[in-house]
Amino acid sequence: MPDPPHVRLVNDVAAQFQHRPPDEAAESIANHLRSFWDPRMRAALLAHVQAGGPGLDPLAVRAAGLLGTRTG
Amino acid sequence: MSLLKEPDFGTPARPGEATVALNVDGVPVTVPPGTSVLRAAKHAGIDIPKLCATDSMEAFGSCRLCVVEIDGAKGTPASCTTPVSDGMVVRTQTEKVARLRRGVMELYISDHPLDCLTCSANGDCELQDMAGVTGLREVRYGSGVDAGANHLDAPTDSSNPYFDFDASKCIVCSRCVRACDEVQGTLALTIDGRGFDSKVAAGADVPFMDSDCVSCGACVQACPTATLQEKSVVELGMPTRSVITTCAYCGVGCSFKAELRGDELVRMVPYKDGGANEGHSCVKGRFAFGYATHPDRVLEPMIRDSIADEWRAVSWDEAIGFTARRLREIQAEHGPGSIGGITSSRCTNEEVYVVQKMVRAAFGNNNVDTCARVCHSPTGYGLKQTFGTSAGTQDFRSVAEADVIVVIGANPTDGHPVFASRMKRRLREGAALIVIDPRRIDLVRTPHIEAAHHLALAPGTNVAVVNALAHVVVTEGLADTEFVAGRCEGFEEWAAFIAGPEHSPEAVAEITGVSAEELRAAARLYAGARNGAIYYGLGVTEHSQGSTMVMGMANLAMATGNIGRDGVGVNPLRGQNNVQGSCDMGSFPHELPGYRHVSDESVRDIYSQLWGVPIGEEPGLRIPNMFDAALDGSFRALYVQGEDIAQSDPNSRHVHAALAAMDLVVVQDLFLNETAKFAHVLLPGTSFLEKDGTFTNAERRINRVRPVMAARTGKQEWQIVAEIAQAMGYPMHYDSAAQIMDEVALTTPTFAGVSFAHLDEVGSVQWPCNDAAPDGTPIMHVDGFTRGRGRFVQTTYVPTRERSTRRFPLILTTGRILSQYNVGAQTRRTANVAWHPEDVLDLHPHDAEVRGINEGDTVTLSSRVGETSLRAVITDRMPVGVCYTTFHHPVTGANVVTTENSDWATNCPEYKVTAVQVSLAVAPTTRAAAADQVPVAGA
Ligand code: SF4
Ligand code: SF4
Ligand code: SF4
Ligand code: FES
Repeated sequence: MPDPPHVRLVNDVAAQFQHRPPDEAAESIANHLRSFWDPRMRAALLAHVQAGGPGLDPLAVRAAGLLGTRTG
Repeated sequence: MSLLKEPDFGTPARPGEATVALNVDGVPVTVPPGTSVLRAAKHAGIDIPKLCATDSMEAFGSCRLCVVEIDGAKGTPASCTTPVSDGMVVRTQTEKVARLRRGVMELYISDHPLDCLTCSANGDCELQDMAGVTGLREVRYGSGVDAGANHLDAPTDSSNPYFDFDASKCIVCSRCVRACDEVQGTLALTIDGRGFDSKVAAGADVPFMDSDCVSCGACVQACPTATLQEKSVVELGMPTRSVITTCAYCGVGCSFKAELRGDELVRMVPYKDGGANEGHSCVKGRFAFGYATHPDRVLEPMIRDSIADEWRAVSWDEAIGFTARRLREIQAEHGPGSIGGITSSRCTNEEVYVVQKMVRAAFGNNNVDTCARVCHSPTGYGLKQTFGTSAGTQDFRSVAEADVIVVIGANPTDGHPVFASRMKRRLREGAALIVIDPRRIDLVRTPHIEAAHHLALAPGTNVAVVNALAHVVVTEGLADTEFVAGRCEGFEEWAAFIAGPEHSPEAVAEITGVSAEELRAAARLYAGARNGAIYYGLGVTEHSQGSTMVMGMANLAMATGNIGRDGVGVNPLRGQNNVQGSCDMGSFPHELPGYRHVSDESVRDIYSQLWGVPIGEEPGLRIPNMFDAALDGSFRALYVQGEDIAQSDPNSRHVHAALAAMDLVVVQDLFLNETAKFAHVLLPGTSFLEKDGTFTNAERRINRVRPVMAARTGKQEWQIVAEIAQAMGYPMHYDSAAQIMDEVALTTPTFAGVSFAHLDEVGSVQWPCNDAAPDGTPIMHVDGFTRGRGRFVQTTYVPTRERSTRRFPLILTTGRILSQYNVGAQTRRTANVAWHPEDVLDLHPHDAEVRGINEGDTVTLSSRVGETSLRAVITDRMPVGVCYTTFHHPVTGANVVTTENSDWATNCPEYKVTAVQVSLAVAPTTRAAAADQVPVAGA
């Protein structure tokens, strides 16, 4: 079973930030998802994380954790 | 307007100030140094007779019709090859020169058929004109068949589908040969033989179709007689009126005179005042317009309840009412975000603008995307991050000032031919060329041009290569520190990153397949140039790191100070005619017109006030996301403008399944394309010959598209869109396309100075066009970057997930060829199929041999997602392990094998890297077989 789209796509983003310090990387990934992802895709990602998040890059999990904290 | 005849100044303009004063037949005139006497006279309003000279090429001095007398000079010099000098006094109409000219004409006419009245060029023949101008009344040597030895029986070569070569009418003026050499740069023609025996020959005296001729039409344009003549003129007669408009094929955006006879289009002639092309053309724009009147055109709206049903032709009212009702029903059932639209890069700015407005204002969401998603979206992302706006930095003319030209992942001679001709001219003048491409594209070695370096990298390793180039620049002290300090930010951090040993040419040689020495030499060449210019295409963007690569090139250009003046820059060669414009017009789900993010409240306010509805602050779905959401059930209806996503988008099986899963697919197109197989509504579109609007080319040039004929469907495409919005209950009305552009100008600062009236007055402008730059902006970032300081971004190389494996050991990359265009919907419906009747697979001899494949064999091409079959062409243009095909024909359906992998930042598909296997086919797989496996709703 291939990864669902939100997992594949967020892992692609996360792969680009592996060389950065983890906090900065997570923030960059979260910013990217806020700027370019339809809310339903972010919701699907969050639901996936809540369900244990199989297949997710650890940085993607950290970034997802920041998504809920957005104000405004 | 009547038939427009542009003035011919006889020889090309010279740059510089007009400082040389002379006197021609008593008229004083001042021109730049180096100007010919012939041209100076024309500026003074005096036409000197001429035959072998024309202003698109350097003078040759062979016909001697242009002789003049010059005070103090001996004899009667040819005015086309004589440069002006200060104080010169020229006489163009003396008894002596008149006699000489008559003598010249007499000789020409004695060997020319005297069938003027029935000749196709009657009225448009310079030989005929000159006979009149010189007052030729008798031909002492006899004429026509009465003359002595002659060429009147010379045969006609009709091999080219678009023009004839009637050798009996040739005066051997050599204009065609020089046009092919100087204007087009193909060097397909020569003058064979000497004296009386000399004649024009294509290649080694073979038919045009068997020569190197690429059918650009430059020689036809240059020919002063009926020797080289469009077949359409032979058939239909001389046109009687012209309409200036813009080619609808590629991102060069050439201007043309559409020449008509009554309401019938006879020919398209490149327009000399066209800013992009300056009188040149390629085979597509020049000749391949027949699709507009092709019998396959759909002219009536059609609907059906299910895609298993037959189409039903209906009235416009019914089609629009049905569409609006179904869209609202689906929203009522599945939520406002369950529908969306796709705009087309082939449509005008005005047509695109109204679609994104319909989605944002009438649909009430941001689910709008454009087909640029699948080609240049990484350009948008990468250039915005680094320079501050999503656009190429230069005008096309700028290439004439470049000293080192770097072509990355682009094949200009096929994809952007008219720009390629400009580039080739500069290369013949001595500019150095670096090609970075897995394939040995034509430019690497072509007459009088040889690349200094061809870095034949492994597909998917662009970022490793550009990082290594930057590594050399930084570690060898080649950076332009003054530019960087004055204009950029983030350099120190970036330089430390890029200087890391993992980026050295030696470290990446193994993964890229490019030798360290070659790479170092290329970096030194570019960095050391007075002016270094980068041109790139889809071989950069259509990768998993497409956006990263765009930023990598921007870093390289900034580090070497190659931004902000003539001859430098980072330039995307856009695929389709209006890729730039469709992106500018707010087609992306995260951006309002002018590349302004939907989260920016001040921008949203502009539109919500004008449109009277709130604008969503969250980005909508991108095209690939729409397909995914269709399969998970949250996205149910799609409006598609002029785009064949079922054929052009990757992983066709996935796309077909997504389309089949939707409740409503509305296709607005010229033809029943592949996507229409999944559609419930077909709204017939207009061809560019019927449109009124603007296209924006790859140099940000906004060109007018003017209607040559009335809309064959009875409706402009923007009207259809506005009427759907109206029927959905959102008031949208425009009286004209000009009014739509006025709204764009009102709401978008970079377009503030653009209007149809202004364009009609000045021809074209390059945005930004506003109070600060009323005449537009040919070169960007001159004094500062759009974002203030240019930003260096660290670009880590991350290998693509797509690797060759034992099962799929080869890498497939895709592209296009000269005579065909994109999915071929247009070009396949013209005589251009003479050059490319089918898609083929290019394969290296070694890869063919180990598989027992011979030239022309039918092979099966398979990847982990699908397979197709096509014929093999064996060529050492390809490196070992890499094969190549095009996607112009639906029967091959090359995208059956491409995968869902995409650029990390923009989801632009990774068309350029697919792991595949190739094997001898037992029986051809047909695409129908693949399509059969797709679940079809309602079937
Ligand atoms: S074909 Fe036309 S342009 Fe060429 S040499 Fe003959 S007359 Fe001149
Ligand atoms: S059509 Fe173009 S390429 Fe062909 S011979 Fe004429 S100038 Fe050369
Ligand atoms: S180069 Fe492009 S724009 Fe120009 S004629 Fe050819 S296809 Fe048309
Ligand atoms: S026009 Fe000057 S020599 Fe022919």
